[in-house]
Amino acid sequence: MSILHLTSSDFDTVIGNGHTLVDFWASWCGPCKMVAPVIEQLAEEYDGKMTVAKVDVDAEGNLAMRYNVRNIPTVVLFADGAEVRRFVGAQPIEAYKAGIGVLA
Amino acid sequence: MPDAIVVGGGPAGLSAAITLRQRGNSVAVVTTDAAASGLYKARKVDNYPGLPGLSGAELLERFLEHARGVGVEFMAGQATSVLPMGETIGVAFGSEVLTSACVILATGVAQTSLFDGEEDFLGRGVSYCATCDGMLYRGKRVCVACLAPHADDEAEHLRAIGCDVVAISPKDMRIIGDEFVSAVVADGVEIACDGVFIIRSTVAPHLLVAGIDTEGGYIRASASGETSIAGVFAAGDCVGPPLQVAKAVGQGLSAALSASEYIAKR
Repeated sequence: MSILHLTSSDFDTVIGNGHTLVDFWASWCGPCKMVAPVIEQLAEEYDGKMTVAKVDVDAEGNLAMRYNVRNIPTVVLFADGAEVRRFVGAQPIEAYKAGIGVLA
Repeated sequence: MPDAIVVGGGPAGLSAAITLRQRGNSVAVVTTDAAASGLYKARKVDNYPGLPGLSGAELLERFLEHARGVGVEFMAGQATSVLPMGETIGVAFGSEVLTSACVILATGVAQTSLFDGEEDFLGRGVSYCATCDGMLYRGKRVCVACLAPHADDEAEHLRAIGCDVVAISPKDMRIIGDEFVSAVVADGVEIACDGVFIIRSTVAPHLLVAGIDTEGGYIRASASGETSIAGVFAAGDCVGPPLQVAKAVGQGLSAALSASEYIAKR
């Protein structure tokens, strides 16, 4: 399943339904680059169970501010629009899976 | 992609890098400047065999010269994150990422005690990487706790991108706020701020490598340098006392031999 690149115009619609994992990232951030393949793998493994998306905080500063993103990468799990889990900093895939767990 | 990445340019890291080169492996050392090494500050080292009476800085320069001479590559920067990425392991420093089959951690004396509130406010105003997180604080006031030689550069970066920077060098600091950081109390003086960047010579091992086993702030490693994560080895002060050059050099060698074997098996 492909990863969606969200902007403020489609963010609410996408995260409003079901489970969505959102990776807040930026091009200037080394740890974000390391997490990118991990997020891709999660998108594959949770295909059909969870939407996986990215938000470029450089282009979408308002979304980063709205969700009080203070470190990147920050990965947030939403359920029907509400934040249910937040992962700060680059984490191994097992840590994301443990947090997402219930969906598997 | 080098065969191995060494994080840290002190005695353990340089010893590991030299041995890896002797075993025919390419190696990159990610390190801040030599002045950040604990050894650099030692006035005199008198228990390192064969080279008595040298200052720490002189001894370190000998090690560096040796490493450069055998083709060790150096990458300037502080590693802020090490992450297994499937087939490879990534090391992030600033906006850069280097990947390799294996990584040797030789990060020096572990930060055994964090500041009060530091871990609680991680992700809510505490940061270790100005390059990564600075832009999220544009137009805001941030404190930079300068506890390493490269901290001045980090503070300057934050100023350049438009943060209102208060640079401090606290001995003691408390980080306070409700949901997010609202102030720090540095050596008894309260400074209102939206964030605090804590720049040390060494990032605490469990914050550098998420999920790695530690004990008392030190990385748990076997005698041959294996850690709890496959492909990640550790040596020197970061695995515990005695915090001595000769011991660090020996452990660097052991970790390099294990890493070399690990590379050959892949």
